[in-house]
This record gives sequence, C-alpha cells and structure tokens, in this order.
Amino acid sequence: MYDAPHTTERDVTQTEIKIAAKNVQVYYGDTHAIKDVDVQIEDKTVTAFIGPSGCGKSTFLRTLNRMNDTIDICRVEGDIRIDGEDIYDKRVDPVQLRAKVGMVFQKPNPFPKSIYDNVAYGPRIHGLAKNKTDLDEIVERALKRGAIWNEVKDRLHAPGTGLSGGQQQRLCIARAVATEPEVLLMDEPCSALDPIATSQVEELIDELRKDYSVVIVTHSMQQAARVSQKTAFFHLGNLVEYGETGKIFTNPEDPRTESYITGRIG
Amino acid sequence: MTDASMPTDTPRHGKSIMVADAHTKKRNASEKRFQAYGLAAIGAGVFFLLVLLGAILSNGLSAFQQTFIEVPVYLDAAKLDKNGNRDPEDLKKVSTFGYNPLIQNAILEQVQAAGIDTPLDKASEMKALISASAAAQLRDRVIANPDLVGETVDFRILAASRVDGYLKGRVQREDLARDKNIDAVHLDIVDQMRERGLLAKAFNWEFVFGADASESRPEQAGIGIAMLGSFFMMLVVLALALPIGVAASIYLEEFAPQNWFTDLIEVNISNLAAVPSIVFGILGLSVFIQFAGLPQSAPLVGGLVLTLMTLPTIIISTRAALKAVPPSIRDAALGIGASKMQSVFHHVLPLAMPGILTGTIIGLAQALGETAPLLLIGMVGYIATNAPDGLVEGFMSPNSAMPAQIYEWAKRADPAYYERAWGGIIILLVFLLSMNIIAIILRRRFERRW
Repeated sequence: MYDAPHTTERDVTQTEIKIAAKNVQVYYGDTHAIKDVDVQIEDKTVTAFIGPSGCGKSTFLRTLNRMNDTIDICRVEGDIRIDGEDIYDKRVDPVQLRAKVGMVFQKPNPFPKSIYDNVAYGPRIHGLAKNKTDLDEIVERALKRGAIWNEVKDRLHAPGTGLSGGQQQRLCIARAVATEPEVLLMDEPCSALDPIATSQVEELIDELRKDYSVVIVTHSMQQAARVSQKTAFFHLGNLVEYGETGKIFTNPEDPRTESYITGRIG
Repeated sequence: MTDASMPTDTPRHGKSIMVADAHTKKRNASEKRFQAYGLAAIGAGVFFLLVLLGAILSNGLSAFQQTFIEVPVYLDAAKLDKNGNRDPEDLKKVSTFGYNPLIQNAILEQVQAAGIDTPLDKASEMKALISASAAAQLRDRVIANPDLVGETVDFRILAASRVDGYLKGRVQREDLARDKNIDAVHLDIVDQMRERGLLAKAFNWEFVFGADASESRPEQAGIGIAMLGSFFMMLVVLALALPIGVAASIYLEEFAPQNWFTDLIEVNISNLAAVPSIVFGILGLSVFIQFAGLPQSAPLVGGLVLTLMTLPTIIISTRAALKAVPPSIRDAALGIGASKMQSVFHHVLPLAMPGILTGTIIGLAQALGETAPLLLIGMVGYIATNAPDGLVEGFMSPNSAMPAQIYEWAKRADPAYYERAWGGIIILLVFLLSMNIIAIILRRRFERRW
C-alpha cells in the first residue's frame, strides 16, 4: 500500500487508497496529453476532476479503466494501481478490469433494448445471475440504486431509449452498478441534463459513495463543490492541485487554481 | 454557387426589411435556379425511365402469349404400337417421325371439316402451320400414358413461329416473297381457322418455366431452366459472399489495427468494386475451370465468379453500416466489461443489420443481372438442358442464366427471338424488383432508433 497523500488534509477521515497513479504520461500520437500525473484516489469517496476543456481530465479518467485502449494512437506510460495491482500489467485483461471499474458517459447511451435488458446485460455476460429470479433481483436492486426503480418498475420491457435524458442517465448508472463494480468513473454525467435531472443524479452520486469509490469529471465547479470530497484540478495536461474539496475552493495553493475557480482562465 | 456573403459598403442599418435588397434578390434567384436544375434533372430521369419501361413492356409482353391450335389427334395403333402390347419400351422405338403424319393428318381433317376453303389437300402440306416441337410433345405424352394409343385425344399444339408472328403482326403478307417458311396460302388457312376459333393466342407458361429451344423453333423456347441456373448461382453467392463479406468487414472495421497494410487492403477493396466484371470472368476461367478443374458452364463456377464480384459491394456496404453505428454504443458495452467481440455481436451488428442486408441484396441483384463474366465460363450459348434432377446436378450440370439467356436470344437471327429477349427482360426485372422490395421490407423490420 501507498502512504497517504503528502498534501496535508484536515478534516477528512483517512480511508483506504483505492487507486494510486504515479508518473502517468498519456500520448495521443505525438501529443503529450497527460504529463506526469500523480494522484491517489480514496475508497468510498467522491473525487472530482475539474479543469478547462482539453486539459486532459477525461483522458486521465479513461486511463483508469483502460478505455483508452480502444484508441489506436493512444499510449499510456507510468504506473496505475488499483488495490495495489498494476492495471497496465500484461496479465491484466482490460475486460475484467472494466467489470471492476464501471463507467458512465457524458451522453446517456442506453442500448436500444428494453430497460430490463439494459441493466441485465452486464450481469448476464459476467454470469452474475444463476437463474431468472436471481437476475430479476439484480435488475431491481440496480434500478433502485440508480434511483429510477419507481419510475420504470411498470414498464421494464419498454425501450430504454424512450426515457427522458435524466432517466436515461440514471438508467446508465443503474446499468453500471449492476455489474457490482468497485470504482465508478463518471465522465461529465450531467452535462446533457437539465437542472432537475442534474440534482437527482447528484443526490444519487452522494448515495453511491457509501459503497463505491466514485470519480467524476465535471465542467461545473458548483457541482464539484456539491458532490465531491476531493478535487483535482487539471490544466494543460498537468495535475495542478489535488486536495480536499473545501480547501481547493476556498484556499487554493496554486495561483492557476485560483484563477480557474474565480473564472479568469478556462 | 453559394458564395459567402460579402460585406457591402452600404450600411445595412435603417433599411426596411419589407423590401428585398439587390443582394438578397440575387441570392434568392440563384437558389431558384438551382432548384430548377434539380427539377429538370429529375424530370429527365423520370422521362427516360418511363420510355424504358414503355419500350420493355410494349416489346416484351407479347412473349408471354403464344398461338395454339386445339386439335383432336387419332393415335393410330398400327403406326405407334405394331406389337399391340402397349409396352413403353416398344413405344419409345417410334421416333417423332412416326408422330408427325398423325398430327398433320389431324390438322388437315380439322381444316376440311371446318369447311375452310384452300387448294391444299395433302396432310404433309400442313407442316408449315405447326411447331416442330409438337411431335415430340405428343410422343412424350404417349410414352407417359401408353393407354392413349388407339384413342383420339384432344391435343393443344404450338403453332409455328411464323403463324404466331402473323397473329402478333410481326409477319406481314408483304414480306412473304422473302420468306421460305410460310406462304400466302397457309396464311389464308390461318385467317379462316382464327375466325372459326380453331387457333388462338393464349398465355404460355412454357415461356416462364420451359427450356431454351433451337434456332428453328422459337415458339418453344422458355427461360425457366436459365432461371434455375440463376437460382443456383445466387445460392452459391449468398452462401459464400455474405459470411465472407460480413466477417471481413467486421474484422477490418472493429478489430484490425490502423496501419499501412490495412489501408492497402481498404484501397484494394474499393478498387475491386470498380473492376470490370469481365475481368472476374477471365479470372474464374483460369482459376476455377483451368486450374481447379471444375466443369465448364456450371452454375457452381458462375456462382463462384459472381461471389468474387459481389464481395467488394457487400464489404463496402457492411463497413458503412458498421461505421454508422454510434461509437457511444460500443463505449457503453465496453464500459460495463463486455469484450470487444461481445460488444460487436450483441450491440453493433444488430444495429448494422439493416444496412448489411440492404447491401447484400443489392449485391445479389447486381450479380443476378451480370452477363459478362458468364461469357467466359461458358454459361452463354445454346444450352439445351432439362431441369436438373437434384442439388448436385443443379450446381454441376451445364446451365445458363437469365441475363445470358436474354443475350443469347437477342443475338439469334429469327425475329421471333427478339420478342422473347424483351420478355426475358421483363422476368429479370420482376426478379430484381422483388429483391429490392425484400431489401426495403427487411430494412424496415430491422430498423431501430437509438
């Protein structure tokens, strides 16, 4: 295990480190997209990545479950460990990793199938359910965790694409938790949603913190302040500052962080 | 055509928007002009389509009708079955030459009984009225049913091609001087027989289901066997081109790394789609017939050649269909831990299905209408053959294909074949139209929104 982050934190309860990244470099062809990022993400905590567009926060998020593998020209260097295991080790199957590190995307992307099949797909391919009753239970539990059960329980076999944007996004979250991940990555999950749907999803994120380590990329600093306990500020591919959310927003150490949160760069 | 708006010197402020200024007028005029060009282009297209359809229908519909003579024929036992035991083996010894006099007699008797005024009084002089195929048809019927010998049976015989042409207006009395096959005396008989209802045009199923016939008996020729040839070729194309094409596209689109080698493959597939089909024909000749030793003129070889020709079409349309599936669906599947293959087969492929099916059917339709490669593997020409007995026979025995049959008819000397060529085109177009309708139905059925 790694030591606690050297940046001193005040009121935060010391929890276990879930993800530890060291000297992470990401290249897109010749572009150096992520430069030397060190970060330690705690379990049962919401960690927010903020920063201006193109700063690399989404790129870094996608290195955590190796979604970047699908991009041919993308190259990752450095050391990223989940529970002490190097996820870029040759022995690691990215598919297995992604079952452990779930992801929710910017645009709600339910499969063009029924609500039930959307949620049941993950448990099915991972063999989590022994029989139909089992699967029904998993689906119900996941939809409840996704805070959407009451809205869809009467139409589980209606197409998932027929839901509203906010419902679709909560369905996608339910789909992600149905596979029992340990970490949940969220790439701007509310950017396509209206304020009401956004607040529902934010409440949900706070709920999910009890069981998961949640990493959320967001453009909205208010959102970061509302939902996260830890915040990382990225700028031009560098991790400028990482620490307790309260401290980042009230008393940032780096002048760039201060400029960004006060709206002078971005 | 659409120039970016240029900043004008005159200030725009303060002008009424009720009056269109010169710049706006010019812009609107150019838009109107462009729409007019488009309309004109569509108009021209529709006009030519109508001319084409009109020409095909007016020339080809008559091929579905044929002139028949209904006549009672006395099957003389003394001539057909000398031993009198009705043994099919004995009956087979009598060739069509034994039947011809019977039919000619029957016609003469009918002509005389009907009181038709003609200087002809010998049975053999009726030969010009009837198809050369009539004796063979009668013989087949007797061999199939030996008990008919000694009876008088009602027999519907094909009239000779010239008689048919006379009824359809193809053969004119003015041209008789140059025609050795029929003369005015016979046409007089035809006129009177028609008046008395002894001879009439009727729908001819033999044209749709029958086999090709020799140069001298166009009235007997049909496209049915060539249709079977096309059918067996399409089976080969479907069984090979669809799985190979879809597998290749999925690999190239979803799995293959992006490098110079895959780029090269991609460029070559696009180029293959534009290679003249006759090149595939000569490739088939040298590889499948000369090297692999497969039989000439066989639908199997034709199908293999057409497979090669169809593959690029299927690959290109399948790749386009796969590309059109939003990447968010792949991300979603990968994000919950599906493997690459699971994401492709569970999510991407079903969404791409309408496009794949459409591409496949269009590729098949293209293959169905292809003639040039068949020239080189010997599927064009007078291939007189009976319907194949089974699947193996269907793939391996010599056959023709619909477009090849049409080409073959179009190049024969007798103008009666000209009509049949147009008729064949109608049948081919019906097939192509139905395939396109199937493509549309499948696309509708599989189409889903996401």
